[in-house]
Amino acid sequence: MSAKTTSSAVSPSTSRGRTFIYFGAACLALVGLGESTYLTALHLAGAHVVCVTGANCSAVLGSAYASYRGIPLAGVGALGYFTVFSCAILAAFQYRRASTFLGLTVGVMFLTTLWLLYLQAFVLHAFCEYCLFSAALIFLLAGLLVAAPAAREESLPHG
Amino acid sequence: MKRLLPFAFILLIAVLAVGGGVALYRAKREKIFAPIPGELETSTPGAVPPHFRGTARAPIVLEEFGDLQCPPCAMLASFLKKLEQEHHGRIRLVFRNFPLAMHKHAVDAARAAEAAGAQDRYWEMSDMIYENQATWSKEERVEPIFEQYAQKIGLNLARFKADRDSQEILARIGLDNQRGASLGVKATPTLFINNQRVPQQFMNDNGLREAIDNLEKGKPPFPAS
Repeated sequence: MSAKTTSSAVSPSTSRGRTFIYFGAACLALVGLGESTYLTALHLAGAHVVCVTGANCSAVLGSAYASYRGIPLAGVGALGYFTVFSCAILAAFQYRRASTFLGLTVGVMFLTTLWLLYLQAFVLHAFCEYCLFSAALIFLLAGLLVAAPAAREESLPHG
Repeated sequence: MKRLLPFAFILLIAVLAVGGGVALYRAKREKIFAPIPGELETSTPGAVPPHFRGTARAPIVLEEFGDLQCPPCAMLASFLKKLEQEHHGRIRLVFRNFPLAMHKHAVDAARAAEAAGAQDRYWEMSDMIYENQATWSKEERVEPIFEQYAQKIGLNLARFKADRDSQEILARIGLDNQRGASLGVKATPTLFINNQRVPQQFMNDNGLREAIDNLEKGKPPFPAS
């Protein structure tokens, strides 16, 4: 990932567009990192998480699915968001392969989010607003990255 | 220099995330063990950490000594939830198990709730025990019923059973009982607001609201008798 791409075939406007998308993804990842760090710290401290809307957060965040062998799922999420942030920043600075790693990480997080939504809806029968917010962030990230390849196609030289 | 810029960003965020997380963790841990305002020197501390919910450094601490098989305790539990919502962020509710000998399954219920607490789901279990109190109280054997509740709230059943039958859980209940005895508790529910026992005539919706309002205004919770 150390080598930078040569951007001779990419038009300046496309390059700017892509950079904008990657910075956008980095910003979303920062929000997710903040939220998941908060939840991880609370989980490890054994503190009670209060839902702003009065939803039943503890049924989800206190469930057997919230941690695996003592490792809080929120901590794994924080690591995921940090990876997304790092890859997005490197991709914005046109580091080769960073965008591939970014796509892979977001893909894994997207699938995990679908599984977690399934658990909340059909197994726990309770939703946690922090989890839903994180799901929304992942969907937005995925949407942004789906938009990014379209920008790449525009950069192909004509004729 | 420009090549290092993204790595500087990444390092900065890593430091901020780890630093922020550690600071938050320390602050929350500190709050968990925050003493109750007006703590009496003569009282024994009870189980540590106690089961509590609400804002950890809330200025108003309601400490209840309750028996999960006692019907008035179940009624008080639902009222206290309302009170917590009304005074969101300003109340910390601490619950101490104080099973009475007159209730056949009170110790079993306390053990089940404490075992759920070992998996960070004390309140979910105590809610379920209170909500179904009329049903399980009549049964001869309650362990299978509480095991069903444990499964319903997503506990690891094997761990739940092991914790429920452990000496540690029994010791916690014993410590809460000792604390209650040191404070002169003889019946349930007995409630303390910032370590001042709530007189019987205040053990109702209006009385408790009035006591909390008085504390919020900086006055003593109960008028001098």
